[in-house]
Amino acid sequence: MITVENLTKRYGPHPAVDDVSFQCEPGTVTGFLGPNGAGKSTTMRMICGLTAPTAGRATVSGHPYRELPNPGREVGVLLDASAQHAGRTGREALTLSAYTMGLDRREVAAKLDLVGLNAVAAKRRVRAYSLGMRQRLGLAHALLGDPRVLILDEPANGLDPEGIFWMRGLLRDFADRGGTVLLSSHLLREVEAVADRLVVIGGGRIVAQGDKNELLAGGGTVVRARDGAALRRALEVADLSAADSSEGLLVQADAEAVGQAAADAGVALAELRPASGGGLEQLFLTLTAGESTKESVR
Amino acid sequence: MTTTTAPAAGTVAPRHHTPVRRPSLLRLTGVELRKLVDTRAGRWLLITIGLIAAVVVTLQLIYADEADQTFGNFFVPSLLPVGVLLPVLGILSITSEWSQRTALTTYALVPRRERVVTAKLVAVMVAALGSVLASLALAAVGTLVASATGGAGTWQLDGSLILNAVILQVTGVLMGAAFGLLLLNPPLAIVGYFLLPTVWGVLGEMVRPLRGPSEWLDTSKTMEPLFSSDALSGEQWGRIVVSLLVWMVLPLAAGLFRTMRREVS
Repeated sequence: MITVENLTKRYGPHPAVDDVSFQCEPGTVTGFLGPNGAGKSTTMRMICGLTAPTAGRATVSGHPYRELPNPGREVGVLLDASAQHAGRTGREALTLSAYTMGLDRREVAAKLDLVGLNAVAAKRRVRAYSLGMRQRLGLAHALLGDPRVLILDEPANGLDPEGIFWMRGLLRDFADRGGTVLLSSHLLREVEAVADRLVVIGGGRIVAQGDKNELLAGGGTVVRARDGAALRRALEVADLSAADSSEGLLVQADAEAVGQAAADAGVALAELRPASGGGLEQLFLTLTAGESTKESVR
Repeated sequence: MTTTTAPAAGTVAPRHHTPVRRPSLLRLTGVELRKLVDTRAGRWLLITIGLIAAVVVTLQLIYADEADQTFGNFFVPSLLPVGVLLPVLGILSITSEWSQRTALTTYALVPRRERVVTAKLVAVMVAALGSVLASLALAAVGTLVASATGGAGTWQLDGSLILNAVILQVTGVLMGAAFGLLLLNPPLAIVGYFLLPTVWGVLGEMVRPLRGPSEWLDTSKTMEPLFSSDALSGEQWGRIVVSLLVWMVLPLAAGLFRTMRREVS
């Protein structure tokens, strides 16, 4: 359980995070979405007590992070996979943390195994790791203390498609067993597959949040036929408004109504599917276009 | 990638566990001691410190007059070069967390930063004590060799000299750590640590009005009596305390304040 209440962080007059509130429930994966520099990382650092908020507060499992007696046993944190000493081996990096948390050293081998870093990789210095391997090490580090909450900043960065698929399975499983997951990304597609809830942030403010399906629904239907003109006529007859889009005709109706209209007119369809993202995708694109150039300056 | 495979997910279960206690200072100090030696850079720094002490003893064996080849005369000269490198250990212990960005992990696991800093200070003090033991051990080896090769080989050593050596090395490593805490950047802290007192020393020599204060504030001057076995006068102790207040306590306090508030990213 993560609760964020009116978190605000200002650097000088510029608010990096502006009155952000949301909640992550046990058993759910929350996708924290926003373009680069939108305030995702700053928000996560504030949750983890690494950055002092200008206003507002955040709690993890009911306590401010700094008051957790042994945070690693409650919250697994991966904020930057590259923030490891380049001269330590992967195993040593985990061993230090295991010792800090008071864990059995066997946990280190178990977690390395879990994230797919084999004995050879574990003995290599982090300097020699690819970004994908660092992410896996970071994930092993986050899981080390068997926490109930995971806070992961852009964990899919640098992972290959297989790795991303694997990580989704791992996070889904973690949440299904009652865990709470907050993961950030600047790619809607990346979290869409795993998140139950979405929190969208832009320019430091929350611009949308809620159930993923609700947010993504209402985008209409994409339909395409070889005979585009005939399809258009068929839709007109059925009194369905259609707009051109790059993928085909975007119709504000569900797939069933569109298919029926086409069948009634005898038009053979080449494609019929719910429009992806819809309003959220549009919103996200607008945000990305407007904000991506304004990297947060500290 | 040959080193990564994708195992089946399903082995991570958020467990309920008995209430966990916070890591003790002893445990944190153990972690910090381990951090001093678990990288190549750290290991070589410690090895270099040991080697330099060994070289000093060897040079004494070769070049010192045979009558001067005593335990005390082997011990004292090794303190100076070791004392130059120990502060670097203190600086790096603190600043590498920021330069290598491990502070992100360290302070996420132990959000009470003052506990980490305390553990680090204790760890480098333990290292300083270890260096005195190493100096004693090497001096003992030197004495044994000297008595076998015709040197004096006498074992006499004032207890006060050992105490002085401990004060010298422990305050040295703490001064380094204090500069590290204050500046939080390895090159800056190392340059600052070596440059500032030197500049102050030079100024103290050149500018006549500063000569008086420099007697009290230049650590190279105030600490000098610690190298001899003569008992220190009250004023000499006073000078040591005053100079340490300025070069150790003040930067420690300001550095702790800065470290506590600094944003970790």
